[in-house]
Amino acid sequence: MSLSSTLSHLWPFPGGIKLTSNKTLSNQQSITAAHLSQQLIIPLSQHIGQPADATVKVGDKVLKGQILGYAHGPVSAPVHASGSGIVTAIEEHLVPHPSGLSSLCVFIDTDGYEQWTDCSPLISTEQNISELSNEQINEQIANAGIVGLGGALYPSAVKLRTAEKMHTDTLVINAAECEPYITCDDVLMQRRPEEVILGIMLIKKIVGAKQCLIGIEDNKPEAYQALLETISGYNSETHIEIIQVPTRYPAGGEKQLIQVLTGKEVPTQGLPMDIGIICHNVTTAAAIYHAVYRGEPLVSRIVTITGGAIKHPQNMEVPLGTPIRDILNQAGMDESKIEKIIMGGPMMGFSLPSIDTPVTKATNCILVSKKGELDTPPPAMPCIRCARCSDSCPMSLLPQQMYWYAKARDLEKVQDYNIFDCIECGCCSYVCPSDIPLVQYFRYAKTEIWDDERERNKSNIARDRHEFREERLEKAKAAKAEAARIRKQKLAKKKALNDQKPLEEAKSSDRKKNPDKPDSADLIQEAIARAKAKKAQQQSKKKNTDNLTEAQQKKIDEINERRRKRSEDKKSAT
Amino acid sequence: MLSGILAFIALASFFGLALGLAAVVFKVESSPVIDQIDALLPQTQCGQCSFAGCRPYAEAIATGDAPINLCPPGGENLIQSLADLLDVEVLPLGEEEDAFQGPIVAVIIEETCIGCTLCIQACPVDAILGAAKQMHTVIESECTGCELCVAPCPVDCIEMIPVKQTLKSWRWPEPLYNANNKEADTIFTTLDQVLAENVRP
Amino acid sequence: MFLAQSSPFLKPGLSVSKMMMVVTLLMIPGIVTSIIVFGYGVLVNIILAIIFALAFEAIILYLRKRPVAVYLKDNSALLTAVIIGVALPPLAPWWLTFVGLFFAIVVAKQLYGGLGYNTFNPAMVAYAILLVSFPAEMTTYWQTPATLDGQSLSLLETLNFQLFGQLPAGMTIDALTSATPLDIVRTSVINGSATIDEIHAEGQAFGQFGGIGTEWVNLAFLAGGLFIMRKGLISWHIPISLLATLGFLSLLFGSFELDSNPSPLFHFFSGATMLGAFFIATDPVTASTTPIGRIIYGAGIGALIYIIRTWGGYPDAIAFAVLLMNMCAPLLDYYTQPRVYGHKVDERDNEESS
Repeated sequence: MSLSSTLSHLWPFPGGIKLTSNKTLSNQQSITAAHLSQQLIIPLSQHIGQPADATVKVGDKVLKGQILGYAHGPVSAPVHASGSGIVTAIEEHLVPHPSGLSSLCVFIDTDGYEQWTDCSPLISTEQNISELSNEQINEQIANAGIVGLGGALYPSAVKLRTAEKMHTDTLVINAAECEPYITCDDVLMQRRPEEVILGIMLIKKIVGAKQCLIGIEDNKPEAYQALLETISGYNSETHIEIIQVPTRYPAGGEKQLIQVLTGKEVPTQGLPMDIGIICHNVTTAAAIYHAVYRGEPLVSRIVTITGGAIKHPQNMEVPLGTPIRDILNQAGMDESKIEKIIMGGPMMGFSLPSIDTPVTKATNCILVSKKGELDTPPPAMPCIRCARCSDSCPMSLLPQQMYWYAKARDLEKVQDYNIFDCIECGCCSYVCPSDIPLVQYFRYAKTEIWDDERERNKSNIARDRHEFREERLEKAKAAKAEAARIRKQKLAKKKALNDQKPLEEAKSSDRKKNPDKPDSADLIQEAIARAKAKKAQQQSKKKNTDNLTEAQQKKIDEINERRRKRSEDKKSAT
Repeated sequence: MLSGILAFIALASFFGLALGLAAVVFKVESSPVIDQIDALLPQTQCGQCSFAGCRPYAEAIATGDAPINLCPPGGENLIQSLADLLDVEVLPLGEEEDAFQGPIVAVIIEETCIGCTLCIQACPVDAILGAAKQMHTVIESECTGCELCVAPCPVDCIEMIPVKQTLKSWRWPEPLYNANNKEADTIFTTLDQVLAENVRP
Repeated sequence: MFLAQSSPFLKPGLSVSKMMMVVTLLMIPGIVTSIIVFGYGVLVNIILAIIFALAFEAIILYLRKRPVAVYLKDNSALLTAVIIGVALPPLAPWWLTFVGLFFAIVVAKQLYGGLGYNTFNPAMVAYAILLVSFPAEMTTYWQTPATLDGQSLSLLETLNFQLFGQLPAGMTIDALTSATPLDIVRTSVINGSATIDEIHAEGQAFGQFGGIGTEWVNLAFLAGGLFIMRKGLISWHIPISLLATLGFLSLLFGSFELDSNPSPLFHFFSGATMLGAFFIATDPVTASTTPIGRIIYGAGIGALIYIIRTWGGYPDAIAFAVLLMNMCAPLLDYYTQPRVYGHKVDERDNEESS
């Protein structure tokens, strides 16, 4: 059986740090359900890519699981109502983001009935998933609004479709959960292992992977055991291996986990798919299970609420859009003790701008620390180039060099030192004895580079539009001049005709003499007129030499003079 | 003595030859300096430099007719990169030093617009839509914020507003708080602000 | 209270100040041994050096409008001062320390931009300048190791000599001092006046396993150095590659000419080898930072130490070796960048050729 054959060895990743995990605070209890909030605030953008298009109006009655916004564009995901009630507003509201900016949200006043919309499961657990086509499953995943719940937030269906097309032979399931405090994946695997395994099998079927490796840090023996037991209930054809990896931050980084499990490296600026690997998080697998076996879209997720200022640290299943204040109150926060409120873990999370922001698909943990639990670094000292940062970097970057150039805002040099390979894991800032906020410098440099790029694109467009406009104005001017000339011409011709009338009469007498001979004079006239018109046309094509200012005329004369002189020089030379 | 002179002549001719060859073999093709300057300019076409658009200003810089500090939208960064490119001294931004407060766009107050098309004619990048006696509107994504449309408007219905920051355009602030600069301007929020009730509809 | 800092929100609590302090404290075994061997002059040197260092640092920081207290507390000036104090001749007059610290703190460190910005190791700049400017004082004021001679000065007598140049009645400076083992070996070998064996027989240079007297000092610094390495305050690369290179070269040349080349053990345990390998060459600010860079850097210092000791004009070579390699550090860093995850090995070559 495949699961008994453990990998002969693992590949270590460079750098990394040992951290106190603080996971036992919250991973011993079962998953509790969050109380229904009176109001749900559901951001339309909870994923990478374009925000969803709102399909509901203020005043609409919505059911739980009903779609609120459709995916907009190729990389996007729909958003669903996570409770039944009435849409009271669709407007900007603070969202959980380090910037403290607002984004468009749908506000639902819940009615407490928790009435579900129609859920149509694709399949039941008794059936075999081989009855389903990949397209069916993918469709279901896309419609359920599932995104990478490990933190990437990339629409899962889009990722799976790409993997299906490429030759993907290994599915890596990220169950490492290497950040301190966070235990939502841990308890999910402990309490609902069958959901995880069934979800994994669905993913495996879609991408057509030959093997599946579940990487789990060896500090989660209960979860490991639970998965192992579940998987032994299935036949050996599943080809799923559960591998315990050494606990070392950031073993749960996608690139690091792939390296540890397979020894391969994801090419820079590439995807795991480029080396035949696709990586998904356990929580995503469970969400896929819900979508396919129960027909439920992604309307809730497990959130770890932990930290020294929380009376009852626990994992809670929270409907998306629930204000964080509500779940903190439910878990019991001690306001007098609070020092920091962080979404995510202490290594990669960010301080919340407000606790009235909603839980989103990205919310894996709310960490409410008491004083002295986490650190507010003292003012940064100068870099002493001790290289502890580069020694701890799991990507083998040179943070001390990147810092130097980021500080000088030398964005090109920063990129030469591969800033875009930085995964922002925080190891460098953690070990820095000078307390330099290295990660912030790198985030600053990255966003500056992106901003510069946007600016450059914008200025390129502006330049093109400006040049196009200049050209158009030039053309319009030429056309106007041309029209004027033609009008003049016509006028002149008319005048000429009038003048010629007596002459013509005289000629008509000649014609009478030679009736079958064509009127030569007439023809000549016509030819002259034609030539003149042609010339006029040619002249008018020369366009911008009319309406010249004196200075311009002078310059042109000068140029002509120079030309003439040069040709003369040439002549005299020969 | 003679051998010394000969040796130096030999050395000189050898290195001269080597340098000459290197200049030919490793010649770096570079685009004309005007294009390089133009590529750095923000292309707002606003004319605040007193030239009729960005390219004419680039030409003037290239010929040495204009200093590098005439472009308020480009700001300090532009001056820095121009100075780097042209290998000249960094100059402080001319005249209106604090004039540039971040990107802005023009917005037409639709009720007031009389449809005179004057702004359309003034816009250097064709970012205003509309026809005679029809209400005009600014294509926000194309507007460079040059303010050239503001003056011609007979009813003063064009306003310049700062470009709204979105989650995508937001940039991490530079960490300025350090031992030398403890009073650095920070965007940090306090715990009270985090816990404060944020009014919801 | 500041909340919205960027992640991470964890810190192990190691600061520059703490790092420098621990390294300084772990020099104590070496210092104590030094005092035992060379007398109280070492202690006086160190104390004077610390006073001068902090004073210079404070003045310059004030003139540069930097927060004086913050930077004085970083202990980097302290470490520099202690290194200079140990490195100077034990009976050096006070003004030698003063001039040394002036060049170390004011010129080599603060004029380059202060902590973290100096290109050259301040202590070694000071040492090199003193050695070049005051060769007599720098070489003759080495008190005869206690193991060789019973005559020594009390603390007060030492102080009196170093500050005012007055010796107790009946003592001459020549009677108190003697050439260092390295000096003896070098002079004898260069002059061809004696072979290694003959020097051995004289018993003025060789001790139990290294240079007489200095062997114990080096042993103590080795112990302290191994401890800071174990604590992870310095990486193994520089000391190990330095000592390996020095050992290898002395073994190599020693096997050709046994008569004029002392053994690797002598090189390890005489002069300032261990102090240099663990406490001077590992100065983070001026050393190379990449793993391979650090190995080359250490090896370079080791090789230069051997070359200068054997063929150069100065008895010991740590200062010049370190300064020469300081110059190479940026280049080493540039050309020894580690391969970044997901990048191919030859990527940089491609970039350069394209």
